[in-house]
Amino acid sequence: MILQMNGMKNPIENLNKIFDSRIRLGVMSILMVNEEVSFNDLKQMMDVTDGNLASHIMNLEENGYIKVHKGFIGRKTNTTYSITKAGEKAFKEHVEALENMIKGVK
Amino acid sequence: MQETKPPLETLQDIRSMMERSSRFISLSGWSGISAGVCAFAGATAAYLRIGRYKSNMRSEYSLRPDSDIFNLEGVDLIADLLWIAGIVFIAAFLLAFLFTYQRSKKNGLRMWDPVARRLLWNTVIPMLVGAACIVRVIQLAHFEMVAPLSLIFYGLALLNGSKYTLGEIRYLAFGQLMLGIINLWLVDYALIFWALGFGVLHIVYGALMWWKYER
Repeated sequence: MILQMNGMKNPIENLNKIFDSRIRLGVMSILMVNEEVSFNDLKQMMDVTDGNLASHIMNLEENGYIKVHKGFIGRKTNTTYSITKAGEKAFKEHVEALENMIKGVK
Repeated sequence: MQETKPPLETLQDIRSMMERSSRFISLSGWSGISAGVCAFAGATAAYLRIGRYKSNMRSEYSLRPDSDIFNLEGVDLIADLLWIAGIVFIAAFLLAFLFTYQRSKKNGLRMWDPVARRLLWNTVIPMLVGAACIVRVIQLAHFEMVAPLSLIFYGLALLNGSKYTLGEIRYLAFGQLMLGIINLWLVDYALIFWALGFGVLHIVYGALMWWKYER
């Protein structure tokens, strides 16, 4: 992301704005440890409404952090999501930035 | 703007989200303890029932249909033992379910989530395979194989499920597998191995998990 700074003076600058949202961060956390997760499973694990989750997922997709797989189970559509390399990198950097902030406070 | 939480809290959220989405963490220690107690009660009932059978016979006996000394009382015995096993299994399962349900409720978590489903599938499949094997050995009148096979397949089921719940369940699995394999060569002590595996190991495991996570 553009947010990556060279100086590292202010650790908050390294935080990824996209992960400000609890839901987007949650989706990323789940996809970090699960290869492929369906929309319904995400919804259940996050305890959010369809519309809310869909908009956050679209945002993550537009940023290239997650991949969408459209499939079928019988006749029903089954959409699953997985994390991309870029998403993994961005997530790790975000976690690192959070950790640095904690260290900085001490 | 979104709520901005302190970084430590955010990291804890991430961690809990990862944990909850990959492992079923509501499994209660009490589930293990109650299953162990049921198994003990069952083993005692079986022991008494076998004792009654033996005192009635007072002589060499055989439960093999092809044997000269096969008898109807032996058939009764097997039927009763299967009843005991069935009741123990159902009681243990219901109690285990109840305690785990309570715990997930207390933690404000959903019990029937995708992770629970994954855990269930991964334990049920080895158990069903085991059940088929056990039905067959009963049909072939190799009753001495029932205890070791149930220990072994239960151990494999736990081992398979350990990826989707508290990792410590692996040690319970190894214990069951070890007892099951030793039991294969000490078939006369089936009831003791059964009580050790399903009784003692469950209670010890349940108590340890309760101590570690729920106290």
